[in-house]
Amino acid sequence: MSRVIAPLLLVVLALLPLWLKDPYLLNALIITGIFTLCAMSLNLLLGFTGQLSLGHVAFFGIGAYVSALTALGFDVELPFGLVLVVEPGSPLLGFVLAVLVTALCGYLIGRLAFRVRGAYFVIVTISFAEVVRLVALNWVDLTQGPLALTSIPNMVLPLPGLGETVLRTKMQNYYLVLGMAVVGYLVVAQLVTSRFGRAMRGLQQNESLALSLGINATRTLTVAATLSAAMAGAAGSLYAHYLRIIDPDVFLFSYTVTMVIMVVAGGKGTLAGPLVGGLIFGLLPVALRPVMAPEAQWIVYGGVLIAILFLMPQGIVPALDALTRRLRRARPAKSAPGAVEAGANP
Amino acid sequence: MSMGTTEAVLSVEHVSMRFGGLTAIADLHFDVRAGEILSLIGPNGAGKTTAFNIMTGFLKPTQGRVLFRGRDLAKLRPNDIAMLGLARTFQRTSVFAEDSVLDNVLIGLNRHGEASLLDRLLPTPGARRRDRATLARAEAILDLVGLSGRAQEKAGSLSYGEQRLVGFALALAIEPSMLLLDEPVSGMNASETQAFVRLIRTVRDSGITILLVEHDMPMVMEVSDRIVCLSYGRLIAEGTPDEIRRDPKVIEAYLGKSAAKLERREAAHA
Amino acid sequence: MDQLLQHCVNALVLGGTYALLGIGLTLIFGIMNVVNFTHGALYTFGAYAMYLAAVGLGINFYLALPVAVVAGLVLGAAIEFTLLRPLRRSDIDTTMLVMIGAGIILQSGALWIFGGVAKAIPNPMPDQPLNIGPVSVAWVRLFVFAAALVLIGVTYLTINRTRLGRAMRATFQDHDTAALMGVNVSLIYTATFAIGSALAAAAGALLGPVYVVFPQMGDLAAVKAFAIVILGGLGSIPGATIGGFILAFAEEIGAGYISSGYRDAMGFIIIIAVLLAKPTGLFARAERIG
Repeated sequence: MSRVIAPLLLVVLALLPLWLKDPYLLNALIITGIFTLCAMSLNLLLGFTGQLSLGHVAFFGIGAYVSALTALGFDVELPFGLVLVVEPGSPLLGFVLAVLVTALCGYLIGRLAFRVRGAYFVIVTISFAEVVRLVALNWVDLTQGPLALTSIPNMVLPLPGLGETVLRTKMQNYYLVLGMAVVGYLVVAQLVTSRFGRAMRGLQQNESLALSLGINATRTLTVAATLSAAMAGAAGSLYAHYLRIIDPDVFLFSYTVTMVIMVVAGGKGTLAGPLVGGLIFGLLPVALRPVMAPEAQWIVYGGVLIAILFLMPQGIVPALDALTRRLRRARPAKSAPGAVEAGANP
Repeated sequence: MSMGTTEAVLSVEHVSMRFGGLTAIADLHFDVRAGEILSLIGPNGAGKTTAFNIMTGFLKPTQGRVLFRGRDLAKLRPNDIAMLGLARTFQRTSVFAEDSVLDNVLIGLNRHGEASLLDRLLPTPGARRRDRATLARAEAILDLVGLSGRAQEKAGSLSYGEQRLVGFALALAIEPSMLLLDEPVSGMNASETQAFVRLIRTVRDSGITILLVEHDMPMVMEVSDRIVCLSYGRLIAEGTPDEIRRDPKVIEAYLGKSAAKLERREAAHA
Repeated sequence: MDQLLQHCVNALVLGGTYALLGIGLTLIFGIMNVVNFTHGALYTFGAYAMYLAAVGLGINFYLALPVAVVAGLVLGAAIEFTLLRPLRRSDIDTTMLVMIGAGIILQSGALWIFGGVAKAIPNPMPDQPLNIGPVSVAWVRLFVFAAALVLIGVTYLTINRTRLGRAMRATFQDHDTAALMGVNVSLIYTATFAIGSALAAAAGALLGPVYVVFPQMGDLAAVKAFAIVILGGLGSIPGATIGGFILAFAEEIGAGYISSGYRDAMGFIIIIAVLLAKPTGLFARAERIG
């Protein structure tokens, strides 16, 4: 199913701005794209290793702050009378640092949190995100606290033939986000069909059995957490340079919930799931905005989350898969479709 | 029956295991020799599964140590032990139920295959070649255990006996030098058991040492080179199937349950 | 020294409500294996119920408190009956996500109905604090502390001295065996969730008059409850009681001597420290891995 959905979506999304000129809708699509990237990264953990991380927003926020601070420059007083002064740098450098720093955070949190599983793991990840939010709120010297970081420069890309280009328009940012989403998708797709992906699937389904086959649980999970964090950090960087203002609210639990809803609704553990879930829940506010207040929208989200878990616990994409399988079985089948699309068949 | 060499592959050295006040294993001491099929038997609650879990690193003994090819397993995690070439199966059905049978074996082949993550992110011709080699190896293993026809089916949808075979194929996939089987034929019917006995022999003949924990006495007597018998966590007898069959301590341990059956079997063999 | 004494008294007073929060959460986890993500929303609900009863309906302050607790009990039973009962066989992640959904609905509902502006609940106690030597405590806080102790006591008695409590303890040990022994496990689950919810609502109803009532007040309360429960070990009621007081002390000392901005971070720092030192909490039974 992913093999059909993903290229189809790419074509539609790539052509969409040709006739869609409404800046409000374009904005909604950009934000949706950024959160879909987050959802893809969360899916790597939640879907492919089965670890429910509810602190994912921490990596998104750290990515946003690292990238913004690199681009803006800052000076902070450190203990022992040291002062750290950083001159404003290129947003591109900010992006790279955001990815590296969040990867490091993901690695460290993975090392810590994967000592435990289940409920403990969930709570550790939430706690981590809350600590980071409180730091962003209270370390005013660095982050301006609730006053927010403002005037963050737009992303810069060295384009062939055009040189360094500042991405000012919505259209440019739209294609930047789309491009990043494609890269993110391909990375995840390559990963999950690799030896590493098989190790993740094995651990998710039966940890003892996987261990008995020589699969290193801690290392596999930590690598997944590192890559997942780096992707979320990249999304955060895009977010900061697109909106050009960020405050500690980028660490809100409700963003994590949004990502989780996208993954669970779309279909965790499938490649296309976060895309489908991301588009639906990213654009749902656009559809609901004329008819209801934001808090009422959230009531709808909560209701939809519960409804999906009750009615379609595997998510939309696996449900579609099952449907097409049934249709194909009705007709004479040419080849047996793989039950799991992210399977290891080369 | 070939006895192989007398070199010990796995040495259980004075191992004791206590859970709180309960002694599950007391001063267990025996060797498994290269190329043999050794069975661990004993009445229910004799400590067979505990011994099995200690030998595979899933439990750490309170006293004593286990050496595999001269290496102390005490500090190693189960996945490290697997990497040394010591494979195990599980008592309950243990497969990756959501994946196809072929994918199961590919997960088992995890420690082979492409070299690094980077290798995969930038798929090179070399990586593709290795992928093909891995696939060929998986198919060969399925062929050996007789599941080629089921390769594309979901492992969870197979019959109980076939799932046991998938578990066995998974253990083979790590290309072990020794295989520990935890009640492999429980739940299999007579013809499946017979096929499995032939399979174990084939595997042993390919040079893999086998330790078997099993309840099915006729099967144990038929397939084993040597047998170790436990009762209440202690080793009470060690020897060839014939010696074990005649050992009064073994008969006593099984008395009231399988002793009568064992004697009947003996009569049938005589 | 005087300052330290003041911090200790504050911590003791706060610890009672924290213990209430923690006990409710740990009870639900221990017996039902559900991580209750509606806990914070139920805390908020208790505060709003108190506000509606005391301010909206003009009920006597001391009578409004039991009204709020009973409202929490009823809401908890309703949540268990409609959302958790059909998912009895589902894995812990599914129930967690369903509880998150329910929590979102409750919190957004509060925002929708009451708006984002914080509400105050007036109390009939003297404004002048009680001064004992160098230490001064507001009367309302003393009342909150006393009420929390009474509720903790009632919970302990319920669990250790009643038939319901015996059935709950049996279910905690092993729900299959409990069912074989004739315990109506479904009923026990409903009762457990209702009691846990009532305790969360009680904590909200008690702290509402101390601080102010607003829709997001449950967010921090929920994560604090998680910290308390991790500290005490998931499923341990004495652990949660002690954990509540430890967290309150850590916060008071942290706020007093480090920085008030990081007061709320103490809980998470505790969680991370506990997990580094002893991953399953101080009093816990280990969670099975694999």
